[in-house]
Amino acid sequence: MSDSVALADVIAVACAEAWRGDGEIFASGMGVMQMLGARVARATFEPDLMISDGEAFYISGDLPIGGTQKLVEGWIPFRSVFDTLAGGRRHVMMGASQIDRFGNSNIANIGPWAKPKSQLLGVRGGPGNTVNNATSFFIPKHQTSVFVSSVDMVSGVGYDRAKKVGGFIAKRHDLRRVVTNLAVLDFNSPDNSMQLVSLHPGVSVDDVVTNTGFELVIPATVPVSRPPTPEESAAIETIDPKGLRHREIPA
Amino acid sequence: MTSDISKPRNKIITEDQAVATLRSGMTLGIGGWGSRRKPMSLVRSLLRSDITDLTVVSYGGPDVGLLCAAGKVKKLIYAFVSLDSIPLEPHFRLARQNATIPEPTEWDEGMLQWALFAGSLRLPFLPTRAGLGSGVMDVNPSLKTVKSPYADGEELLAVPAIRLDAAFVHMNRSDTRGNAQYLGPDVYFDDLFLAACEPGRRFVSAEKIIPTEDLLKEGTFHTLKINRSMVDGVIHAPNGAHFTTCEPDYGRDESFQKAYVDAARDPEAWKAFSDRFLSGDEANYQSQVVTWREEIKAAKGAAK
Repeated sequence: MSDSVALADVIAVACAEAWRGDGEIFASGMGVMQMLGARVARATFEPDLMISDGEAFYISGDLPIGGTQKLVEGWIPFRSVFDTLAGGRRHVMMGASQIDRFGNSNIANIGPWAKPKSQLLGVRGGPGNTVNNATSFFIPKHQTSVFVSSVDMVSGVGYDRAKKVGGFIAKRHDLRRVVTNLAVLDFNSPDNSMQLVSLHPGVSVDDVVTNTGFELVIPATVPVSRPPTPEESAAIETIDPKGLRHREIPA
Repeated sequence: MTSDISKPRNKIITEDQAVATLRSGMTLGIGGWGSRRKPMSLVRSLLRSDITDLTVVSYGGPDVGLLCAAGKVKKLIYAFVSLDSIPLEPHFRLARQNATIPEPTEWDEGMLQWALFAGSLRLPFLPTRAGLGSGVMDVNPSLKTVKSPYADGEELLAVPAIRLDAAFVHMNRSDTRGNAQYLGPDVYFDDLFLAACEPGRRFVSAEKIIPTEDLLKEGTFHTLKINRSMVDGVIHAPNGAHFTTCEPDYGRDESFQKAYVDAARDPEAWKAFSDRFLSGDEANYQSQVVTWREEIKAAKGAAK
């Protein structure tokens, strides 16, 4: 790969890839990189995706992140977001302060729930998201304090817990992929534990293993995360002209 | 009081009159979302009262933070507390980290909606999948599941209904009878908070009180989600959502919100902030905000 491709652009494309094949559903991104990924996917290989402004409107056309010139194509207030996710017509990419090998994730608090060392957001819509619609994650800093053996509060349901619930939830549960500053991972291993899918340019398997606090499934050969196509590069520039994506990636 | 059929009931009251109807130990629902269109002037009035031991239900923002900081919350039913542009609410964090909220009750966002909807329909519960398998079930052992009586037999979470003793919401417009209007992008769950509340303490504050015949001048009929049968008291509260958003009348006061967060970091700074902005009445708050803004402007000018 050419040295001229920025890591943030590789990651943006890795995020966009999460929505490949999703068709006409709500592609929801919680955060700059997540939003960029969704909008790049729609601008290029997944044109039927629905994208919101993060407030209350579906937006047609390539809205830059933070842009105000909105071409509204629909209304999606919070109540409709809830309806849409319960109907399974949504794929959200969230962040996570902790995640374990089966994809149980935590945005709520660090330390014991009864008296947290650090109170974060609360579970928000994580429980409902992860049992109702497809969920992916972008985690800007791949490290053992985030990739943990068990999370302090399960705000997003992982495969082991979904299987325990059984029925509809076990059958439809769909954690799609995890994109970090080092690699792309998914849950398509035989027991749905996290596995390595690709390494970003210059990253070794060892780098990922050292920074992961649980055992990963590692295939015999791991490809390098692909660079953007010229069309995708153009879309990235249009959607993030200020380069906000570079600030998302730790130095 | 006998009603005079020739004269419709005028429901205009003040924030303090609304708060005077509340009692300690009540369940209060607060509309808005995060740091968006919060009924802050009503919350500020509540802060000045002796009322305590509240159960508060909210898509939480600074309303929850302030009530926690004032020690008024016994039980908090929430999915998050956030200032949106500043993700973490400082007072709420402190209250949780010091375990000063006796009964924190953390649910999924959709569960709050379902609880209020069930309450509004006078149902004991509504079933959902949101919450199953998650930590919500671990930290709320009183939550129960219910089995579908149909062929699927699915086990679902039975979200218990919430009936509120009091509800506060902030709207863009209202007439004197409580036909209220939101002109921004989202009503959030404000109509549900009012519908889930026992009649008697359902309060709507509004930026402008307008004649009924003007209700369709600024927005279409779609913006009239709240009618007078859902409202007991109407408060004229210009800038009443400050420092949260009240689109399209005004956006969030980001610099004031930042000052609020900075002050919350340090007990002395918080005392100074609180003495200046929260010890007086609403008129004092609003005039202090104007003065504060002028001071900031002057300081910026001097720095240049």
